[in-house]
Formats: sequence, C-alpha cells, structure tokens
Amino acid sequence: MRQLLSGNEAIALGAYHAGVAVATAYPGTPSTEILQSLAGREGVYTEWSTNEKVALEVGMGAAYGGVRTLVVMKHVGLNVAADPFFAASTTGISGGLVVVSADDPGEHSSQGEQDNRHYAKFAKVPMLEPSDSQEAYDVMSWAFRISEDFDTPVLVRTTTRISHCKGVVGVNGERPSELRQPQFLRSPSKYVMVPTNARVRRYAMEERMVRLRAYVEDFPLNEMLLRDRGLGVISSGVAYQYAREVFRDASFLKLVTTYPVPERLVRRFASEAERLIVVEELDPFLEQEVLCLGIPATGKEFLPLIGEFSTEIVERGAAKAGLLQASAAPDSAPAKLPLRPPLLCAGCPHVATEFALRRLGFYRPVSTGEVPPERKPLEQLRQGGIIATSDIGCYTLGVYAPLFALDTCACMGASIGQALGLEKAGVPNKVVAVIGDSTFMHSGITPLVDVVYNRGNTTVIILDNETTAMTGHQGHPGTGVLADGSKGRVVKLEDLVRGLGVRDVNVVNAFDLEALESTLRRCVETDEPSVIIARGPCPLYVKPSGPPFQVDASKCDSCYACLRVGCPAISLLGDKPCIEANVCVGSSCTLCPQVCPREAISQVRDEGR
Amino acid sequence: MRDVNVLLVGVGGQGVVLASDAMAEVGMLNGYDVKKSDSLGMAQRGGSVVSHVRWGRRVFSPMVKRGEADFLLAFEQLEGARWAPYLRDGGVAVVADVVVVPVSVIGSTTPYPTWDEIERTLCRYTDQVYRLPAMKIGLELGNPRALNMVMLGFLSAFLELEAEAWTGNIRRHLPPKFVESSLAAFDRGAAEALAMKKEKGVQR
Repeated sequence: MRQLLSGNEAIALGAYHAGVAVATAYPGTPSTEILQSLAGREGVYTEWSTNEKVALEVGMGAAYGGVRTLVVMKHVGLNVAADPFFAASTTGISGGLVVVSADDPGEHSSQGEQDNRHYAKFAKVPMLEPSDSQEAYDVMSWAFRISEDFDTPVLVRTTTRISHCKGVVGVNGERPSELRQPQFLRSPSKYVMVPTNARVRRYAMEERMVRLRAYVEDFPLNEMLLRDRGLGVISSGVAYQYAREVFRDASFLKLVTTYPVPERLVRRFASEAERLIVVEELDPFLEQEVLCLGIPATGKEFLPLIGEFSTEIVERGAAKAGLLQASAAPDSAPAKLPLRPPLLCAGCPHVATEFALRRLGFYRPVSTGEVPPERKPLEQLRQGGIIATSDIGCYTLGVYAPLFALDTCACMGASIGQALGLEKAGVPNKVVAVIGDSTFMHSGITPLVDVVYNRGNTTVIILDNETTAMTGHQGHPGTGVLADGSKGRVVKLEDLVRGLGVRDVNVVNAFDLEALESTLRRCVETDEPSVIIARGPCPLYVKPSGPPFQVDASKCDSCYACLRVGCPAISLLGDKPCIEANVCVGSSCTLCPQVCPREAISQVRDEGR
Repeated sequence: MRDVNVLLVGVGGQGVVLASDAMAEVGMLNGYDVKKSDSLGMAQRGGSVVSHVRWGRRVFSPMVKRGEADFLLAFEQLEGARWAPYLRDGGVAVVADVVVVPVSVIGSTTPYPTWDEIERTLCRYTDQVYRLPAMKIGLELGNPRALNMVMLGFLSAFLELEAEAWTGNIRRHLPPKFVESSLAAFDRGAAEALAMKKEKGVQR
C-alpha cells in the first residue's frame, strides 16, 4: 500500500508495525509528531513525559520489562537525557529500546545547532539514519531487531527535512498479532550499576561494538550505486537526496548505518572510485570515519559546517571542489522587501506580561538614549533596571520588536538558575525569571528549589497558558491532559511552588495589565523568593468572544501605544492604527484598550459574531 | 509525465499547508513520485509559510531548487515577491491580491511594496504573472477561507490531470458540510485561470 507520510509519521508507523508497546517523549520540534501519531493506537502506551530524561528513564524501565520501547526527542532533548542514554548503553536492555533524536540543522525552531551523531559514538550505541520517509519506515523494524540482538539501545537520527517532509511510502508491514510478553528477569550484574558490575559491563560494551562492526557490513539498507567511477560520493540522510540531484552520474555509497560505519564496504567503494567526496550536513562525522580508515576523502573543505543543505548549496560546494561547472551567478541583489518575523498570536496571554516588563522600563538595565518626556517618571525604575531572564517557548518571541522584553534565553529551565546567578553575582538590578508552564514542569522545579534553599529572592513569572503551545498544544502535568487526549491527574502549579517552599505565590489574570504591573512592582522589592503565575489560555484554544475591538479614529491621536503590543491584528492604515476584525479575539484578550491612553479602542457592538 | 515543481507561499493561517498536502496526494494517486516540504515550527506563528511540492518520475530533494519552480502560488502579494527568485524562466506566478501587512513595516524604512513593485519583481523572473482577484472571488463565493481551493483550481488548469483527480481529493478529505463550497471554489479558480489564459493568449 502506498501512503504519503512525513518522516515522523513513517517512524511512528514503522515502530507500530515493529510491535512497539511503550512510547515516551517530550514535545520538541521537529520530533513532536512521532508520539502524536502513535498516541491512541491500540496496544501502545504513550506518554508525554515531564522531560526527556524522564522519558528515557521510563523507556529504560519498559525495555527492562521486556517490551519494545520507543523514546523520542529533539536534538537538545538528548542533552537533557544524556545521563540515562549513557546508562542504558551500559546496562543494555531486554526488550528493544530505540531512541529517536530529531536534529534541527539550520535551527528552524531551536536554540542551538548540534550534530547528535556524536552521541552514538560517545555512548557506544549503534545509529541508523533514514534518508526519506520510506527509509524512516523501514529502519524501525531493523532498529528494534538490532537493539535486541546486540543488547543495546539504538539511536535513530533524523533531521528536520526528514522528519517534516512527506514522501511516498510503500507500507509492507503490519502490527504483529503477538507482542513480547512483559517480564523482568532479575539480573543485578546487568542492571545494578555499582562499580564492580559496571566495570564488567564496559567489556560487554566493547565486545558489542566489535560484533556490530561486523554486522553492519551486510546491512541491507546501505546502498552502493556504481556508475561513473571518476567520482564516488559517500552520503546519508537528506544530504544524500541533494547529492543525487547534483552529481547525476557519480557513484554513490548511501549509508544508513552511520555508526558504526561499515569499514569493508567503504574500502570497497573507495577502491572503485578515483576521487571520494563525503556529503553530509553539520559536522564531518562520516568524513572523519573515512579518513580514520586511511582513505583520502574531502567534504567539509567545500561544504558548509553550519546550517542545513539544499541542492543549491551542494552544487556550490561541488563547483568549489572543481566537480561541476560553476552555475550562472545568481541574479543581482534581490528586491528589498519587509520581513515577516513570527509574532505572538492575537490574544496571546504572554503579551501583557512582556508588555508590562517593557513598559515599566525594565527591559534595558541602563538607559543611554534621550528619555521622551512622557516616560520620565519611569526613568528611576529603568536605572535600577530589572533583568528578565527567559526560557524556551512561544514567549521567547518577546525578545523581538516591538516588545524587546527579554535579556536571556539559553536552554530549558535556565531562566531561574540564571536569575539566581545574576543575583548572587551582585549585579545591582532586580532580576525576574520568565518561564512557561510546560517548561517549568520540564526543568524549572529544581532551580526554584535551589532559589529557596540558597536564600535567593528571585521573582519567577510562570506564564501559564495551560498547554505546551509552541510545539502544537500537547498536554503536561499542569493540564492533566494525557498524550492520548484522556484525563490524567492535574499537578497544580500554585500547590507545587508552595510545596517547594515559596511563600509569596500570586495567581494573576494574564490579561489584566494593571494587576500584573502592581504585582511585579511589589514582588521585586521583597527579600524572599516569589512566584507570579500569569494565567490565561492560549488563543489557539479559545474561540473569540464578543465583537472585535475597533479604533475610533476621532479619539485616536496616533501615539501608537497599541502598536507596541505587537498584536498581529493591529496595523497601520494611513497614520491611524486599525484592528483586523477577523484576527482580533474580542473580549478574550482586551489588552489594546488597556494600553490606549485616549480610550479610543472599544468593541464594536453592531457586528455580532 | 512531466516533472512539476510548485512553491505555495503565504502567511500562517491561510491554508497553504492544506493545499500543498492535497496537491502532494493528488500527485501520488496519479502515479507520480512525490515529495513535499513545509516550513514549520516558529515560522508558523504569523510568519511566512512556504510549501514545496514536487511531482516526478523519481524525486530526490524534498525542496524545489531556486530557479526551478514551474509554479509559484502566492496566497499573499508580498510573499509572492519574496519567493519570486524560485521561479524558473517562464514559470507561472499566480498571486492572490491579498495584502497582510507585517508589523515590521511600522516605523521601518522598508514599506509594504505596491502591486507595481511586486509585479516588477516577479517579471524579473517570468512573463507569466497572473494576479488573482481573491478578495472579489471570496466575496462572490461568500467564503474568504476558500482561497486555497481557488488556488488549486487555478493551478489545475495548467496541469495535465483531469479535474476529477482534484475534486475526488476534496470529497475524500473535507468534512461533508464543506465539500460543496470547496468544489465551487475549485471550479471558480479553474474558470478564472482559463479566462485569464485566453485573455493573455496562452495556449497551454
């Protein structure tokens, strides 16, 4: 049966047909859809775990329990899960354990670019890399088989263009009628990693590598295509597809087992081709493996280390390497056009908080420019300036114009520890940490405990939009919505932070600008830790209520305060702001009338919805 | 069976990805190898959206190469200009007269371009520029959300597949209550294309 599937859908279906019984993940672009398309399928337990480390630990337990298990995360998620990843490599498994890492070359939706192939080598775990949806489907049954045959977790590594692109998949498998029976065979020497046992397992790991090296030589999805012997291209993943477009007659070695690399196969291919080039995104991982075999090859000399490839980029590299005629120069400078950066949505509950941070003059610790007369009263605050450390989520968009509200964003949960660090360093500013609800559950709890324990007086704003919005509205412990959509138990944020020892806990309506500002002003002046939960639903969840807001041009004096909200519904028509009726969410938000000093914005009564 | 490379561009929320999904499936069901690629993630939130759809005997890259798009379907004018360099020489640009002004133009030295400027940009790459009166059509159909169907209808008039290949897809995928209005929008797009082609004296 031919189906049009994204790489992520193909991975999910492949795992399903391989008999996966437990699947865990924390949502993260570009990996999210894998668990989503498994959730609700019969016979598979799926969960959104609180973070990737937990996801992998749950996965280890399930695999120890004998069933086939899938654990899914984005590239930076594997940093969080690195500890159990190495541990799983040491203990091995019982039921197959496959970890999917979806890397994001080009950082379409990530705070960093990293090549997770290194994790396979680092943790001594075999790795498979599909080059399209078909292979994404096909590799999964192999991955589980290798995991069980070699007593090891297996890393399946994809990238954004594999995970998110759709292609035609010949679906030739089906769900096995009988799955592996769950049972835990006690084996302390294998599962209890005290040093005496762990030392023995080290030898098992190295022996495993030797057997894997032999195994991958005949792995059926690696493919050698011998054509023009003048040029041999070694490639994998989506880079292979671009290379096929560019080098139309060359010979190819496409590797799916990118760790360990099949040594004899590479030698045989190298002996067939006069010149070898390795085409791979990000680091020269395969190139170094080939060079280590003493085989001369080039790659990164001509191709970029940074960002994702395209046919054009590979073509340019080929021209640089003298393998192609340089194509006609791209045309003269492209037309200068206004950019369309992503924005917080109309009705977003995060905007008022970020607007408050900015309006209070907090966003710039020290003002250097001229202060407009009407803003002078705020100058005092600005000199004392609050630093807003921030975190990973939609709200990070508040760093852009026109909000300019944030000062840091590094990795999941970092905002709170950073805030405490700034405070302990002795910077004179007040420090506020801004973190989303799902991110707080993911890794904001332990740093908040650190704040309480170490006598910090950080203010933490938890932007609670009651979902994991950025990745497409997954549930998390604060929502009680499970991966399959059913109801679990709710972990209430305010109870949780009180339980951690925070006494000053405030729950504020995320659309009430005045309440947000006054609470903020008070909290930053106290000498104890405080938490402000700014609560309001994500607008993608909520239907607009009441008529849209409208600007009364006769009252508007074009001060543009409303434009500083950065609402996508508000733009300029001539010199007056106007509100797009189809985009405005009406009474669900109400932020723009709160910022208008002329009371020129009100709801239009005559146009019912 | 000729290769077809299409870029569908617009702004988050316009139905670009839905249209490209439909296009990819129609290709597959009619014997093509198909790949498609969307911009996702952060780019979804009010930013530019681009979908690449490729039909061919065997498709390798999931993305259309710059300068090789046979069709550029722009659901928004500015986005049409932005992606114009992807058009091949003589490729067809279909640009809806929809204007979504990005916040970045406010207080910026780069204003939203006029239609003349957009057309001039497009004409650097092709002489086949069609401006689709989407606002007018949306009003007439009583459904401004059907732009993606109008666009697919327009495109269908340039491709070799029978209309049934497309309408069957609409029937299969849309909830029953939307089928009739979507089919009407599709037909309207196809009719518009035929009329405009005739006006331009285009034979294909």
